[in-house]
Amino acid sequence: MKIKQIQEELIDEFAMFDDWIQRYEYMIDLGKSLPLIDEKFKTDEYLVNGCQSKVWVKAELVDKQIVFKADSDAIISKGIIAILIRVFSHHEPNEIIKANTDFIDKIGLKDHLSPNRANGLSSMIKQLKLYALAYQTKINNE
Amino acid sequence: MKKYIHTNIDQIRNDFPILKRKVNGQNLIYFDNAATSQTPQIVIDSITDYYSKYNSNIHRGVHFLSQEATDAYEKSRVKFQKHFNADNSYEIIFTSGTTHSINLVANGFKKILKKNDEIIISQLEHHSNIVPWQMLCEETGAKIKVIPIDNNGELIIDKFENLLNSKTKLVFVNHVSNALGIVNPIKHIIKKAHEFNAIVLVDGAQATPHMKIDVVDLDVDFYVTSTHKICGPTGVGILYGKEKWLNKIPPFLGGGEMIDQVTFEKSTYAGLPNKFEAGTPNISGVIASGIGIDYLNSIGIEEIYKYENELLEYATKKLLLIKDLKIYGFSTKKTSVISFNVGNIHPYDIGSILDKFGIATRTGQLCAQPIMDYFKIPGTIRVSFSFYNTKEEIDEFIKSLHKAILMLS
Repeated sequence: MKIKQIQEELIDEFAMFDDWIQRYEYMIDLGKSLPLIDEKFKTDEYLVNGCQSKVWVKAELVDKQIVFKADSDAIISKGIIAILIRVFSHHEPNEIIKANTDFIDKIGLKDHLSPNRANGLSSMIKQLKLYALAYQTKINNE
Repeated sequence: MKKYIHTNIDQIRNDFPILKRKVNGQNLIYFDNAATSQTPQIVIDSITDYYSKYNSNIHRGVHFLSQEATDAYEKSRVKFQKHFNADNSYEIIFTSGTTHSINLVANGFKKILKKNDEIIISQLEHHSNIVPWQMLCEETGAKIKVIPIDNNGELIIDKFENLLNSKTKLVFVNHVSNALGIVNPIKHIIKKAHEFNAIVLVDGAQATPHMKIDVVDLDVDFYVTSTHKICGPTGVGILYGKEKWLNKIPPFLGGGEMIDQVTFEKSTYAGLPNKFEAGTPNISGVIASGIGIDYLNSIGIEEIYKYENELLEYATKKLLLIKDLKIYGFSTKKTSVISFNVGNIHPYDIGSILDKFGIATRTGQLCAQPIMDYFKIPGTIRVSFSFYNTKEEIDEFIKSLHKAILMLS
């Protein structure tokens, strides 16, 4: 599935809920399916800067596609990174770099986050895209 | 006539327009009073009044408006002198806030401190009462010693007394911990420090909203606070200093107002308090702060303490009924601040959900990382009550907290 399709899938899923409590609960649930980063990588090196809670992300290139794993010490952040990883993981670096992130507004995620959380969300997207950029540069140089 | 809060609570709440706000579709419940208190209409009006009627620069013009503004500004100084029971009005310096006041004093000791002199601070300090002294030590070669806390979050006074010696030059401690709300025995600390001729600065930002401060009785050398925590606007701080110390330390900022004579060879400084108030000060803010302290005194600090203490006891009792809830900071002398965590739930998660219910709390390290390190936690949720809060709001908060815990477990 293309990034765009996954994004639309998420928009549909979140549209099912009437209020913020249900959206939050769903986001927390999604956090439970997050592919977890190995404990030994929970170090400053893999920490996303700009989040008030701790969020670690690691990327690997598997068969030309980037596979992300992550974790957080806060449940809501874990839900947010899980959504982002569902969208961006298992795609080629170029597709990740080019993907737009309008879906965030469409699922109403930002409206439901405090400014600090919303900043954290932007930092997470930036971090995932930076990984993609780094791998793309590496591929181009090979 | 003083107001009895219980019977006047509706009228008091009416004085604060912000309390009528809806947040996320819910009635605002403002429990972040330790960060800043809300502003009564009378204070807001005084700012409009200043800009509508007598906005002009102070201490300079001979014209009518300048006189009026200067009078109102200086009247405010006298109000704070009386409020803190200082001997002289010129011992009250207006700054931009507690942080500015602390930096002003720290800067003042750059030339006085020598290598290997010692500065004592406490484990309970806010970052603003740690960093300026670290900077001072870097420049002077002085050393920082730290008063430790016990498991309840109280300062270990025996350890403090052991730290004192002939090399101790300065002692800095907060009157009330911003993270835990514990009232420190500053009178005793000041007395002991003075036995070694050490100078004491007390950070009173968390104490002034809740208790009467008498700088003469305390015999404190410097006492600092911000007026936005006592019903004033943001951007105004108070530095009380004993005359002899204010005369001894040099000005912090150079500029207009703080000079006596200026030639290109040398300038001489003005006397107190102008020496420390370079440039155009926050005139409307200082005047409004004076109105704020009048408002607070119209209710009465003792009455406020009593009422807030009831809220503290009520909320503490209710919180302790929640499974796995841990309160940090236990003491018989506390202001209306409760710092807590629930099980392993991250404080940000609880704070975010409470926000959705319209409840403003503070979450995180609370600018007091050394305390969080001591308790080995990423932070806490802090609720802090003011005299305009009610038990009904606490009930609502407890209900929402239960819902948040359910969502996050």
